[in-house]
Amino acid sequence: MAVTRLFGSSVKRREDPRLITGRAMYTDDVKLPGMAYMAILRSPYAHARITRLDTSRASKQPGVLAVYTGKDIDGKLNPMPCAWLPKDSDLKVPPYRALALDTVRFTGDGVAAVVATSAYIAHDALDLIDVDYEQLPVVTEQTAAVAAGAPQLHEDAPGNQAMHWRLGGGDVDSAFRDAEVVVRQRIVQQRLVPNAMETRGTVAQWDPGMGELTMYNTSQNPHIARFISSVVTGIPENKIRVIARDVGGGFGSKIPVYPGDMLTAFAARELDRPVKWVETRRENFVATIHGRDHVQEVELAARKDGTVTGLRVKAWANLGAYLSMAAPGVPTWLFGTMVTGCYTIPNFAVDVFGVFTNTTPVDAYRGAGRPEAAFLIERMMDLLAVELKMDPVDLRRKNFISKDAFPYTAASTLQYDSGDYDMTLDKALEAVDYKALRREQEEGRKQGRYLGIGLSTYVEVCGLGPSAAAGAMGFQGGLWEPATVRVLATGKALVYTGTNPHGQGEETTFAQIVGEELGLPIEDIEVIHGDTAQISMGWGTYGSRTTAVGGSAIILAARKVRDKASKLAAHLLEAAPEDIVFDQGRFSVKGSPARAKTIQDIALMANVAWDMPEGMAPGLEESHFYDPVNFTFPFGAHICVVDVDADTGEVHIRRYVAVDDCGLVINPMIVDGQVHGGVAQGIGQALYEGAIYDEGGQLITGSMMDYTVPNSTQIPTIETIRTETPSPVNPLGLKGVGETGTIASTEAVVNAVADALAPFGIHHLEMPMTPERVWRTIEDAKRQSGTTPATPGR
Amino acid sequence: MRQAIHVTVNGAEHGYEVEPRLLLVHFLRDVLGLTGTHIGCDTGQCGACTVLLDGRAVKSCMVLAVQADGAKISTVEGLATKGELHPIQQAFWEKHGLQCGFCTPGVMMATVCLLADNPTPTDEQIREQLEGNLCRCTGYQNIVAAVRTAGERMRASAAAPAGVPAQARAE
Ligand code: FES
Ligand code: FES
Repeated sequence: MAVTRLFGSSVKRREDPRLITGRAMYTDDVKLPGMAYMAILRSPYAHARITRLDTSRASKQPGVLAVYTGKDIDGKLNPMPCAWLPKDSDLKVPPYRALALDTVRFTGDGVAAVVATSAYIAHDALDLIDVDYEQLPVVTEQTAAVAAGAPQLHEDAPGNQAMHWRLGGGDVDSAFRDAEVVVRQRIVQQRLVPNAMETRGTVAQWDPGMGELTMYNTSQNPHIARFISSVVTGIPENKIRVIARDVGGGFGSKIPVYPGDMLTAFAARELDRPVKWVETRRENFVATIHGRDHVQEVELAARKDGTVTGLRVKAWANLGAYLSMAAPGVPTWLFGTMVTGCYTIPNFAVDVFGVFTNTTPVDAYRGAGRPEAAFLIERMMDLLAVELKMDPVDLRRKNFISKDAFPYTAASTLQYDSGDYDMTLDKALEAVDYKALRREQEEGRKQGRYLGIGLSTYVEVCGLGPSAAAGAMGFQGGLWEPATVRVLATGKALVYTGTNPHGQGEETTFAQIVGEELGLPIEDIEVIHGDTAQISMGWGTYGSRTTAVGGSAIILAARKVRDKASKLAAHLLEAAPEDIVFDQGRFSVKGSPARAKTIQDIALMANVAWDMPEGMAPGLEESHFYDPVNFTFPFGAHICVVDVDADTGEVHIRRYVAVDDCGLVINPMIVDGQVHGGVAQGIGQALYEGAIYDEGGQLITGSMMDYTVPNSTQIPTIETIRTETPSPVNPLGLKGVGETGTIASTEAVVNAVADALAPFGIHHLEMPMTPERVWRTIEDAKRQSGTTPATPGR
Repeated sequence: MRQAIHVTVNGAEHGYEVEPRLLLVHFLRDVLGLTGTHIGCDTGQCGACTVLLDGRAVKSCMVLAVQADGAKISTVEGLATKGELHPIQQAFWEKHGLQCGFCTPGVMMATVCLLADNPTPTDEQIREQLEGNLCRCTGYQNIVAAVRTAGERMRASAAAPAGVPAQARAE
């Protein structure tokens, strides 16, 4: 066996040179001859009937090539499909048209599109489109939308209910009947705006001779984009090429195909010239999906000794005005299965109501359902600890799935692959010196200093996933991955993946995998992604699946290459195949190391095929189609230590320690980077971010001025600690790391602030915990108790 | 209605007639084809479009091309000299100061200005100075490390005797 050198080492990223020199190719960088530009007129109202739509002034404007309305595309573009249809959920899928036909249902809903010779002219012409709206009553909040008498969005979804979905295990009613203690909490997961730094866009080109559409698109999953585009445009799937080489962040918001993408394709074909559409940031705020937005009623049943016996959850998920592509799967399967977290909770029941409102559609945002689940259970564990006057550490340990219980089948029926929850917790406690902090906290409280320690011991389901499970969950696609490893005559290799990394660094980690396996220098390996014409198929990058699933496909393809190379080496060295030893790119004969061929020698011979063994095909190229046998379950313990200024409500994060176990690690530098970014987004939710609609349905946090994307002064230094518990479900023992930070961190911060403010009788806070909100919470608590905790004790 | 402008971009002189309302960022991207400067917002918030205008970092979406008439502009494409990466680029690469890379050109251009003003910034000063450059991927930690490393290297090479390689010289 080769000595592991590439695997596990922090090699510099291979994608960086083009990114740091300004030579990348993001969608907006694409410029084609004769290219026209599209802009979209979006509804200024959250709910209205279009009573007049006159495009004649805009059409006459010099430079305007076409103006399209809902009527123009009716029958030519099919409605945007929903690609996740959970079974037994009574899901309603109202038509989601690329441009509204007669009714707009959210601020930002498409009304018309202008194509012009320049982007400036196209945007100017939007002002020349005359529209009369008859405003309709608006509802933006989900519990209001399901109440009697609420404005109705869709005829076929009475009560605005898109679906009712349930999941359960054990006997939750008995658990609550027999409970010695029950804690209850209403939890609001506020709405977030993903805000990838690159907005979304498409450049579409129609080739009339070939009848082919090429779409450069800001996509996390070009093959899904191809599939959906063919459904919407009617162009056969084999006549569509989607290219997404460099993508400026996605976080889930670039999974779906959007109306704007389809309009661009439509316009390019109608006008027979290339068309570019790139969102403005303002447009991105209203027209690209939002994330989270749950209201949850949660109850936890336990015995007095801290043993948790049952969990009951009722959640109302705001899905926005229409169903975005994967929307129904996020608050159901990706949420409901994980509410019991890393604990042995035998009885649970989850009821989820998906609700239509006059807001931007909601879909997957980093973590997608799992942050909502992890937050819920970690918050409830702290509330139970308060109720039982137990240390939250002890309470968690008492309920952890023990390390010898793996593979562990949870009440949800998911089978957790591997884990050691005490170990990661121990490491986190040691890193912060938990006991000393508790002493400091007690001392500080006597002097009016409020230190808080927040724990999050999380587990997540990642590495999505077995295709059969996808089908059983109602996902209208597969979750397998193909890979091809091709070694050329010169010994240079091409590696093809159907995943589409866009910042996660797999151009490097995949090259490390192949380099390690074949003994090739990493510089000689090119990883190709983001082009449906080059890669046969793929399901894309999301759900922390790229390395766990895509990487597994690659190692298995690379092993086939090595196997073939080894047989060819045996033939050329006139040795028996079983006598060939391979070490770092050299095939030699056992016992006589000088008799050897390098992988490069073999690559040349395989490609020219002058002297192949009987029955061996020429070439050195292998593919593997990998369908995972199970999901993976990364886990860990995060501890956030905060100082809260009770006079101003300001929260200062003193330390943030993240212990993450994402299985075996290929590139530690990249893994740490993923954790940093994920934690920053989770802290963003806890302290800064939140989309707010006014009563009329205007998104009042509709720009980067009004919505806080955390800046460099708002995110603390994150201390990362890695542990490596291999996953038994894939050949490299990988679990995935793209989402851990986001899934683990929000509750760590909220738990810390709640812990800090316990002397005020405060045990829960809404997010984002801005100074104003924290201050008000403290003031309310003071008023209610009628006292100030002058020298509060714990 | 078009207006003539003359600018020097990354050392090369350009004369163009532009619409008075054309933004500098669009001039750079669409007229000159320098697409390394990115657009992340429309409100001057994100800093993705940061370039140097006569040595000062500016958000090029907040400047009209005509306002840049007569100015010297540096963009990310001009950072490397003769194929050698600038120490800032080198440091961002080594310290994993980027993920998707979309914010990176702006962050690096802001860093050029930051280190010119303060060659020995503390981490806190780096964070304060880069407040106007949003990054959604990195959580900023490795950006701070990259800026710190670049500063150290540029100081070391400034102090070194003549004849040091061009790549290690400060801008
Ligand atoms: S694009 Fe200029 S600041 Fe955002
Ligand atoms: S690296 Fe993606 S936004 Fe900064």
